[in-house]
Amino acid sequence: MHAQASLSPPVARRRWSRRTVGEAVEGYLLISPWIIGFLVFLLGPMVASLAFSFMHYSVVLPPRFAGLDNYVRAFGGADRLFYPSLARTATFAALFVPLAVATSLGLAVMLNRKLRGTTVYRTLFFLPSLTPAAAATLLWIWLLHPEVGPVNYLLGQVGIPGPRWLASTEWALPTCVAIALWGSVGGSRMIIFLAGLQGVPEELYESASIDGANAWHRFVNVTLPMVSPVIFFNMVLAAIGAFRVFTIAFMATGGGPAYATWFYMLHLYQTAFRSLQMGYASALAWVFFVIVLSFTFVQFRLSGRWVYYSSETGGKEK
Amino acid sequence: MAAQQVELGSRPVATIRRFRLQRGLRRAVLYLFVTAIALVFFAPFFWTITSSLKRVDEVILFPPRVFPLYPSPGNYPLVFQKVPFALFYRNTAIITLFATLGTIVSTTVVAYGFARKRFPGRNLLFLLVLSTMMLPGEVTLIPQFLLFKAFGWLDTYLPLIVPEYLAVGAFYIFLMRQFLMTVPRDFDEAAMLDGANTLQILFTVLLPLIQPAIITVAILSFLNHWNDFFLPLIYLNSTEKLTLSIGLRFFQTMGGYAETSEPREHLLMAASLMATLPCVVLFFVAQRYFVQGIVMSGIKG
Repeated sequence: MHAQASLSPPVARRRWSRRTVGEAVEGYLLISPWIIGFLVFLLGPMVASLAFSFMHYSVVLPPRFAGLDNYVRAFGGADRLFYPSLARTATFAALFVPLAVATSLGLAVMLNRKLRGTTVYRTLFFLPSLTPAAAATLLWIWLLHPEVGPVNYLLGQVGIPGPRWLASTEWALPTCVAIALWGSVGGSRMIIFLAGLQGVPEELYESASIDGANAWHRFVNVTLPMVSPVIFFNMVLAAIGAFRVFTIAFMATGGGPAYATWFYMLHLYQTAFRSLQMGYASALAWVFFVIVLSFTFVQFRLSGRWVYYSSETGGKEK
Repeated sequence: MAAQQVELGSRPVATIRRFRLQRGLRRAVLYLFVTAIALVFFAPFFWTITSSLKRVDEVILFPPRVFPLYPSPGNYPLVFQKVPFALFYRNTAIITLFATLGTIVSTTVVAYGFARKRFPGRNLLFLLVLSTMMLPGEVTLIPQFLLFKAFGWLDTYLPLIVPEYLAVGAFYIFLMRQFLMTVPRDFDEAAMLDGANTLQILFTVLLPLIQPAIITVAILSFLNHWNDFFLPLIYLNSTEKLTLSIGLRFFQTMGGYAETSEPREHLLMAASLMATLPCVVLFFVAQRYFVQGIVMSGIKG
């Protein structure tokens, strides 16, 4: 560095370096809101919640060290709702993610056929995702009312005795999945797919047609590989969203009946803000964090096997 | 196109007609299918709208009647009498407005720093911004709650607003920064020669140019705060401070679930529709920015 500096005129060098320092200072000042926010609302709380997870803390009494008690309580089975809540959440995600991604893709493919009135269709598909989750849930509670709801009435008209939906232990969870699907398949996920589909070069379809591929073959051999990065992106987001399911169950079932929809976030909410067991709830939060992170990591690792990145579509952005 | 026409021209007319008919038929089936799906999406709203106009004795009628015999638009004002719905509206508007403003100001400034200034560790810090997008917020929930409790901020709007001024929305930073990168640096340099300082460049030169990105962020942030359920549920307690979403919950559970209590489904439906309306209006006014913003969010995939 010194040797280089002495080669250039000293005055110019000093001015350049002062400008660089000035620019760097300005840069740090500009991003300082984020730095403060990151430390105060993210890194700090993360470390704090890790610390709390090794403590007993009920807010009214000062925290005391608990060692691994909280984790033992969760994994050792003393908390009898821990494993069930994990299982419910996993079931929800296993049903929701594939259905959500496939349906959104299907809707996008249809809209991409350049139908007349596409904007109208897109708007109608999009409306449910604009509805606040609380309002959407109220709406479905009413539609699925076992006695006077229109869904069971229509089912009755065609001779099917409708189930008790949200009030039934077998049907409550699938019903939550259905409500979540209605509220999201036509929303941003579909729009992202639509953009992905519009990025597939027309020539690929043309040359596939010349080779004698029918519509289904074109979909499987051209569309799917070309939009696989978008599928992957949407899958990761849908999975994270599914793990966090809360509002629907909180409003529609309160976690019941008989804990059939006692999802992990309900358990966390109950533990932290109803029972005020902040230490144990912090342990639950960290378990959740590790699960979501490792699931996302696994998805990224597996993506190499099926996600196809073409140079044309991936080249423009950095 | 030309080649195809030549080819078609050499075919017998009957074949062309059959070909067209088949094509038309397939199109018709597609239209029917898409329309059917669109109806399935819209039917719940339709039922909600008609329910919201029913008289109390008609709501739980079985078999249900689609159109109310005695349309009662008075259900809507009645919601405002049963619960402080006007306050819920006002509270939601205040939170959404100030939070969105915070998001716009802070993420624009931060994104400007990342897009235009060179400083050591910039790429690493930006990577950190990106990685926080994948972070489930639950892990920071409890300490944040305790922090705001220590500040004495529980049952105020501050926990829902203040963090937004510290650019906690990583995705918005990303979106703004990507947009700023597409604005040529020539604009900055010309302004700098005219003696403009860093902030002047941002506010007088760049701000008009990145307007679409700002509107996009504003819309996404608006929807996010307007529809939020979990955080207001945790931080707000007093009835007169609730937001619309939590207010709906309050209305739903008010007075318990007693079977004997008078049905209020028609009022709940009216309230739900009124809570949704601003989002729908926003969508119709700014549909273009919606699509653009969502598409930009997908680019990083």
